Amino acid sequence: MLNGLWTLRLRQIPWGIVLVIMALGCFGLVVLFSAAGGHLDPWASRQGIRFGVLLVGMLVLAQVPSEFWLRYAYVLYGAVLLGLVGVEVLGAVRGGGQRWLDLGIIQLQPSEFMKLAIILALARFYHFVPRAFATSLTGLWPPLLMIAVPGALVMLQPDLGTALSIGFGGVAVMFLAGVRIWLFLSAGGAILAALPVAWTMLHDYQRKRVLIFMDPASDPLGAGYHITQSKIAIGSGGLTGKGFLEGTQSHLDYLPELHTDFVFATMAEEWGVLGGLAIIAGFGIILAWAVGVALRTPTQFGRLAAMGLACTLFFYLAINMMMVMGLAPVVGIPLPLISFGGSAMMTVLILLGIVMGIARAGRTERL
Amino acid sequence: MSGGISSASAANDPLFTRRAMLIGGGMAAVGGTLLARMTYLAVFEGEKYRLASEDNRVSLRLIPPRRGWIVDRAGLPLASNAPDYRVELIPEQVTDLDATLRAVGQVLSLSPEELARIHAEVARQPKYMPVELAHGLAWRDFATLNIRLPDLPGLVPVAGFSRTYPGGEAFAHLLGYVGSPTPAQYQVEHDPLLIFPGFKLGKDGIERTQDAPLRGIAGARRVEVNARGRVIRDLDTRSDTPGKTVRLTIDKGLQAYAARRIGDDSASVVVMDCQTGDVLCMVSMPAYDPNVFSTRVPADLWKALQASDHHPLLNKSAQGLYPPGSTFKMMTSLAILGSGISPDATCNCGGTYRLGNAIWHCWSRRGHGTTNLRNGLPRSCDVYFYTFGRAAGIEAIATMARKFGLGEKFDLPLAAQSAGLVPDSAWKERRYKKPWGIGETLNTSIGQGYLALSPLQLAVMASRLASGRVIVPRLLADEPKVPIPLLDIPPEHLAIVRHGMDDVVNGPGGTAHSAKLQVEGVGMAGKTGSAQVRRISMADRKAGRANTKFQPWKYRDHGLFVAFTPIEAPRYAISVVIEHGAHGAAAAVIARDVLTYLLEPERAYQVLGVIEADVAKRKAAAEKAATAADAEAIVTAPQTAVAGEATPD
Repeated sequence: MLNGLWTLRLRQIPWGIVLVIMALGCFGLVVLFSAAGGHLDPWASRQGIRFGVLLVGMLVLAQVPSEFWLRYAYVLYGAVLLGLVGVEVLGAVRGGGQRWLDLGIIQLQPSEFMKLAIILALARFYHFVPRAFATSLTGLWPPLLMIAVPGALVMLQPDLGTALSIGFGGVAVMFLAGVRIWLFLSAGGAILAALPVAWTMLHDYQRKRVLIFMDPASDPLGAGYHITQSKIAIGSGGLTGKGFLEGTQSHLDYLPELHTDFVFATMAEEWGVLGGLAIIAGFGIILAWAVGVALRTPTQFGRLAAMGLACTLFFYLAINMMMVMGLAPVVGIPLPLISFGGSAMMTVLILLGIVMGIARAGRTERL
Repeated sequence: MSGGISSASAANDPLFTRRAMLIGGGMAAVGGTLLARMTYLAVFEGEKYRLASEDNRVSLRLIPPRRGWIVDRAGLPLASNAPDYRVELIPEQVTDLDATLRAVGQVLSLSPEELARIHAEVARQPKYMPVELAHGLAWRDFATLNIRLPDLPGLVPVAGFSRTYPGGEAFAHLLGYVGSPTPAQYQVEHDPLLIFPGFKLGKDGIERTQDAPLRGIAGARRVEVNARGRVIRDLDTRSDTPGKTVRLTIDKGLQAYAARRIGDDSASVVVMDCQTGDVLCMVSMPAYDPNVFSTRVPADLWKALQASDHHPLLNKSAQGLYPPGSTFKMMTSLAILGSGISPDATCNCGGTYRLGNAIWHCWSRRGHGTTNLRNGLPRSCDVYFYTFGRAAGIEAIATMARKFGLGEKFDLPLAAQSAGLVPDSAWKERRYKKPWGIGETLNTSIGQGYLALSPLQLAVMASRLASGRVIVPRLLADEPKVPIPLLDIPPEHLAIVRHGMDDVVNGPGGTAHSAKLQVEGVGMAGKTGSAQVRRISMADRKAGRANTKFQPWKYRDHGLFVAFTPIEAPRYAISVVIEHGAHGAAAAVIARDVLTYLLEPERAYQVLGVIEADVAKRKAAAEKAATAADAEAIVTAPQTAVAGEATPD
């Protein structure tokens, strides 16, 4: 009986996707092993344990039915928002930018969870709003407020990357929920039109100040060096790379943040375009699967959540890779599953666990 | 479960499907863009980035070449490289700077000034650049520090080389010294070696002129460096080519002896081999210690050297210019003989010579009586030379002087050489726009007036007189020898002059009688001279100050002496100039001792002991008096209308 249920449950897990996730995670461990100069310490070993634990966590979360997320979406959102305020208060007390909530056993970064909570909360909002009202004033201001408040709080930390991620995810859900396209176009148009005018009105030092204000965490002087060295690492890798443990940019400290934000460059130097292709293909499979889940899911909440979460994951990937290739400014966004660090890995694996849960619901069609 | 969930599948919601597909398409497009960008960076621009990464990784580190030795004619070292034990500190590796310096201080006793310098350099330089704590460590201290290395991170003992001059001061002017290159030098030759820390090149003398062969060729080490400039590992090495050894014609022992024999005088001694032109000795005293100059010159030492009236920074042998005084009378004699005047032609010397209404004095107030060339030269009778020099004329005298290398710069690897001056009427016209006067001929014929010659030129003159050949001085022993042509002067004229020089030393009434060589069977022939530094006025004569000994040191005459030995088959020629040395006899005694060293070194050293004890006594007295010496440029200004000499030249 119980056995039967378990086998059923196990069979419902999309093992192909789990395998892709594991492959990506293990590739990440290999890159971190090389980044430490061929040592498990200090990164690969810790990341490996973390990955193992969080992978199990993901499979557990995959068992959670999507009704649960629907029911508690606002509660979750509220809790995370409270956490953000708490961090802000703590920061004010201790002085300096604060991102962490230290609970003794674990350090939590509420802004990370907000990336997920905003998607779930907005999906729930639109789940109960008829499409006709989506573009009305009453249908517009709550989601905008729900995006703006945490976004502003995260900006205060200051963490431009995460704030953008929250905004991107939120707007993506609004778009998917059927908010009239002309709203996006006109909003986008207005912003685009205003940008050059505003920009030309500023003095050089003010522009710099704006840049620093928007992202104080990134050093504008250091950014140029970062990008140059990163491009050298990627470019010198060539098609097949310099070989495992043979990277010079990474091993000789030319590449900054080689194990976190610029881990893709570390990888590319040793594995070349083929390594990059492997990572992009791996994530491509995962994203395609998530989009497929969204398309198959019958409930408005489920499909909005699945697609919104896919957008959140995509935002991580796109910004990080564009940054290391010199296509985007340097914002501190890690490469999920590959970069060393618990927060991004936790966020992404929780996100994938939720999508797996939705996928199950979509397949069984019993919501 | 929860109420009101509509069961509309995505398939029935074309809007969602459209928009989801749109976003999905966007994702695929971005993924494609990323792949394309990556391919572009890695494949199309791959070469550029590969070079850039190689540039990052590989750094060329120079291996400075060992500087070549300078040796004397027998191969004895004059400049070599001594192991130099240094200790350096790499700030980025130091855990506790103060504790480390304390620990090093226990072994080396660093002075407060040193500590201040170290702290300043640590603060100023990039953290991976080594800072020198001390150099020239004793082997014992160096070993002690090496043992303590494990508990002093960042401490680097370096066994390098430093230039050392075993001969010290005696060779300072000849060899020069080494020092760090100036930025200007780096502008001229963009050799990266010049900005290598601790690299030194020749700053003066042979070290400077022979810098190219001595320098050698730097080796290179390709190393892998990290972003902070730390060397990770060696890739490959091209070893350095040490500099070539430069062999000089100098005789180390002779030069060292001459320097000691000069004592505390301000003097120059040049000895030449008058068969080959080899310069055996070129010494100028007082000097400085090139060993000190090649490290860091203390400011107070530098000031003292600059202020000294003995001109220790000037190479008197090649740059000092003096009126040759009576040593020039050989030139006048040859000019007289050359213009067809018989050596037996006489004049009567009554102590004065009248030109118009001016009186020209002979150095002997009583006069020499009937004088011809054969006895006029040994007795150095001024009136004879006034009379017959005037008859020969300035052009003949000047032409003769130039045949003997006077007023000439020689092709020698010296840092600086003065050409001096042999005046004639054309020069006077060019220089002063005035015609040449008879009085000036008189002055020139006794070696005064406009004449200004260097001790080196006087030595060349003596070599040519002794050998009858156009001897050219040589300093580099390994340069090819060229055949030496004969002088176009009748040998019998030269014989008469040489005989006169023999009589100066060995004849009755010769002016350098005291300087007779004591070596069995070997004679020296020479000529004394004294060069006036200041005109003797009538007031001086009346006050009895005509004798130069009663003048303050800086107004006394220069004493000169040129000589060769042996008389029958000359081998060595010498010139000695003592600044303010009163008269030529003093110089003659030094010449005698220096030449004695070449013939019988033991005898020469016996003399030295007495003289050095005497110098030490004088020094002690002088330190008590502690008079401030005031610097004064070497007098090369022409003396006009010299009214006779008071010294027996």
